[in-house]
Amino acid sequence: MAENRYSLDFEKPIMELERKIEELKGLTAEEGLDLSEEVSRLQSRLRKLEKDILSHLTPWQKVQLARHPNRPKSLDLTELIFDDFLILHGDRLYSDDQAIVGGLAKLGEEKLVFIGHQKGKSIKENLFRNFGMAHPEGYRKAQRLMNLAEKFNRPVLTFVDTPGAYPGIEAEERGQAEAIAANLERMSQLRVPILVIIIGEGGSGGALGIGVGDKILMLENTIYSVISPEGCAAILWKNQEKVKEAAKALRLTSKDLLNLKLIDEIIPEPVGGAHRNVEQTALNIKKAIIKHLGELKRLSPEELVKKRYEKYRRIGRFKRG
Amino acid sequence: MGWFERTYNRIKKKGKKTIDIPHGLWTKCTNCSQLIYNKNLEENLRVCPKCNYHFYLGVRERIEITLDKNSFNEYNFKINSDDPLNFPGYKEKLSKNEKKTGLDEGALIGEGKIGKIPITVGVTDFRFMGGSMGSVVGEKITLVIEKAMEKRHPLLLISGSGGGARMQEGVISLMQMAKTSAAVAELKKEGLLYISLLTHPTMGGVMASFASRGDIILAEPGALLGFAGPRVIKQTIKQQIPKGFQQAESLLKHGGVDLVVERSKIRSTLIRILDFTLS
Repeated sequence: MAENRYSLDFEKPIMELERKIEELKGLTAEEGLDLSEEVSRLQSRLRKLEKDILSHLTPWQKVQLARHPNRPKSLDLTELIFDDFLILHGDRLYSDDQAIVGGLAKLGEEKLVFIGHQKGKSIKENLFRNFGMAHPEGYRKAQRLMNLAEKFNRPVLTFVDTPGAYPGIEAEERGQAEAIAANLERMSQLRVPILVIIIGEGGSGGALGIGVGDKILMLENTIYSVISPEGCAAILWKNQEKVKEAAKALRLTSKDLLNLKLIDEIIPEPVGGAHRNVEQTALNIKKAIIKHLGELKRLSPEELVKKRYEKYRRIGRFKRG
Repeated sequence: MGWFERTYNRIKKKGKKTIDIPHGLWTKCTNCSQLIYNKNLEENLRVCPKCNYHFYLGVRERIEITLDKNSFNEYNFKINSDDPLNFPGYKEKLSKNEKKTGLDEGALIGEGKIGKIPITVGVTDFRFMGGSMGSVVGEKITLVIEKAMEKRHPLLLISGSGGGARMQEGVISLMQMAKTSAAVAELKKEGLLYISLLTHPTMGGVMASFASRGDIILAEPGALLGFAGPRVIKQTIKQQIPKGFQQAESLLKHGGVDLVVERSKIRSTLIRILDFTLS
């Protein structure tokens, strides 16, 4: 935590208390005073405070938490989860998109193909990663890796974390819409298991472009939305102050989406959020991967494709009559 | 934001203003401001005789000018939009759009013939909430694709969906992209022909799912086609957008569509394509 002090407004009391604890610890070390009792008292208060704050977040605060700069990004997690990971590059058509990373991974005995959006943590990193917003070549690289997975009969694991597909002139000219649509078709037919995990921000079509699968999981404090709350507020109310209402109306939290039966499971985060204990977060994700891939592997390619089709075929709410 | 707020609205902005008088005698062209006698406009398939601007065409009119006379049979699945998220203002918006358009939703599906060749058809209507895709539009498109497979007929989807995925149904709308795409993939596996006709405007989630994945893609001249809307792009890149950007002709140049076809030639072009695939 020490290296990056960025905190959201509602995290400020937590940071404050944490600083106090560190101060006391410092005093213990420097002055030889025994403040352990005070420290442990404050530490239990800290845990309670974190729990309290995190359990009462509004949807808009969840959006902020999902976008937290310190949140672990794809490569932070793959580093902790996989035993081996060979990153592969390029779509063979135009370039290598830095907003989507992927390659061959090993998790214990399990060999799989990993694909994930990659955001940065600093401005410099984010410029390199284009803030996790992929161009068409990112989606086409992803499809190339999916094909590889199918060819060698390995499951696909994707991490979703993007504000959306990049809205730019060149992205449009190279067929952003087609690149995403092609992936939706391909993923619906892929003859190997696909496990999708939302690890931060699930931004609309840009998220879905690597987000069609047999099981869709979300980390506890993540969001998945058809449009950003900012975009929704601008269109519906022409007013950025309505962003909180938009966040609520869109039903974009993991709990909302589980209730709507649009995702299969929520992966718990450590107290305070994924960024407060990245190792624990990675461990929780790892457990979920092992469990779900284990289950999906039992299905034949035909069963997988059929079940996946039925899963999406069912989605929709309307009145008959 | 300017330094001074304009308190009176007596000063009217100059510039293009659309005058759409559906029941009047004349229509002013949105593009060139030419006054067109309505009867002439209808005869010209709602295309401006002076500048070739293609006006919106409602779903019924679209079917009338595309399919063989009286050959269309609508699939009546009787499904209506719900309000699954209890989204502010959605119910009111739906009933307002129903009244405005005389349609029950933003898509119409059915079967008919083009040049005596049987075909299944789905059309989305921009006038109904921007032709956006929520549960009902997604379901109807999926149903018509499944009908095409059942009957082993070619499929024609005509899109006019500026709205993309319908925000008022949240991620349920987003998932309609996956649902319709999965159906398109099944159709292709069956070896059936899918023609996508893109009309003004087709954007966002509709363009990023079934609309941009026809075996053959036709577009009407001047149609705005793309993923992100021009306003969003302008905000992101903080630059002016080049002229003609995201228009059908630009997509043709960049390889995004097979043909840009004037409205009066669409029917004959479809017949040529259908004929090619007939055994």
